Amino acid sequence: METYYDPADLKKFGQISEFQKELADKFFSYYGSVFAEGALTAREKSLIALAVAHTVQCAYCIDAYTNDTLEKGCTEEQMMEAVHVAAAIRSGSTLVHSVQMMNKVKQVSM
Amino acid sequence: MKSLKASGHQLASAAAQIELLEQQAETRQRPTFRNQLESIDLFPLRPTGIDVLQINVGKMCNQVCKHCHVDAGPDRKEIMTRETMQQCIDVLAQTNIPVVDLTGGAPEMNPNFRWFVEEIKKLGRHVIVRCNLTIIVANPKYNDLPDFFRQHQIEVVSSLPFYNADKTDRQRGQGVFQDSIKALHMLNAVGYGQPDTGLVLNLVYNPAGAFMPGSQVSLEQQFKRVLLSEFGIVFNSLFAITNIPVSRYLDYLVASGNYDSYMEKLVNAFNPTAAAGVMCRNMISVGWDGQLYDCDFNQMLDLTVRVPGRHISEFDADALMQRAIIVNEHCYGCTAGAGSSCGGTTA
Ligand code: SF4
Ligand code: SF4
Repeated sequence: METYYDPADLKKFGQISEFQKELADKFFSYYGSVFAEGALTAREKSLIALAVAHTVQCAYCIDAYTNDTLEKGCTEEQMMEAVHVAAAIRSGSTLVHSVQMMNKVKQVSM
Repeated sequence: MKSLKASGHQLASAAAQIELLEQQAETRQRPTFRNQLESIDLFPLRPTGIDVLQINVGKMCNQVCKHCHVDAGPDRKEIMTRETMQQCIDVLAQTNIPVVDLTGGAPEMNPNFRWFVEEIKKLGRHVIVRCNLTIIVANPKYNDLPDFFRQHQIEVVSSLPFYNADKTDRQRGQGVFQDSIKALHMLNAVGYGQPDTGLVLNLVYNPAGAFMPGSQVSLEQQFKRVLLSEFGIVFNSLFAITNIPVSRYLDYLVASGNYDSYMEKLVNAFNPTAAAGVMCRNMISVGWDGQLYDCDFNQMLDLTVRVPGRHISEFDADALMQRAIIVNEHCYGCTAGAGSSCGGTTA
């Protein structure tokens, strides 16, 4: 079955440098620095990445960071809570815009 | 749950496991482990010494963990006889191998276990026991094991795949986590893992699934924090171990459809530094029947050492030091990422 997403493509991520090496190198070096142990632990960063992966709905990132959080010793409960944080922000940010809708309704209504 | 052997499973046979490992490497056109060693000038792999005599005193166990590379369980009756144990003691007496690492199954289930430990201690060697924890509470006759360990200053190394019940029980069986916590309390109570007692209690983490262990340092911090805050348990070090694709873990990988991606992960993570530090370079492993192997994994794959005297009664340290260690595709497990051995990461 052909689909747009092929799990095997995740391993080819590094190949993006084929078409533009300089920018890709900069990206990977930045990426590496972002996920290194810092003021946040690598484990905390991995949970954030897992949550964000769900928000941007990237199948590759979900696979990669599910694996990474497991490797870093996160529990399934922590992983799901991280996804709920992302979901809460997403739904909250949708709902908060309803204020604009309500304002507009009030403005144009008699 | 039964052992692979008792259920007549195809992968109970060492030859079938090796065939599967080799065949898959060929179909997937993966570099063989031998090729990898050749590329870094480590083939043939040679010993650096004999610092550890690892002795598997039997396949009998009170648990049937899903990942067990020994295929151990209550239905396994193979155990080392006192005669073979005596041969091990004779070898220790004639050599100066400093460390004896006792494993199983549950080594404590061998009826001659305590006698054996006492004889080894008389020779002044450091003894490590690979204790699965639950054996301590499995039967009243084992309840005094912590005290026995303490009396003989034994280093206890215990498997605890995770700091919660869910993951631990999924890998090791229902109720195992709770019993492990009970046993850890008993070990702590006699001084194990406590500061300044010299009684060493190390835990072993291995992933409950088809993924690799993360940083040993970070996992140790998590284990220490949670075990202390939730259960008041202390321990010395955590060893993070990669599951080696052998026996029941191999069966799990195949049955769950993870085999291929797991092997690929191991191969991609091949680390030359870890390869130079694999544990088979400084240990000899003795099987329950006295046969000699390069390591516990080769033991389970029936790959006896490549020297003329392959039994403990024919132990020849010089010949063993000259041997070529037998490697195959399962060895990728010891060389991936930070490396893996009975003492945790190697690189
Ligand atoms: S992993 Fe250890 S405790 Fe579990 S069945 Fe095997 S020998 Fe027994
Ligand atoms: S599996 Fe055994 S022989 Fe292979 S590298 Fe590991 S310790 Fe050495």
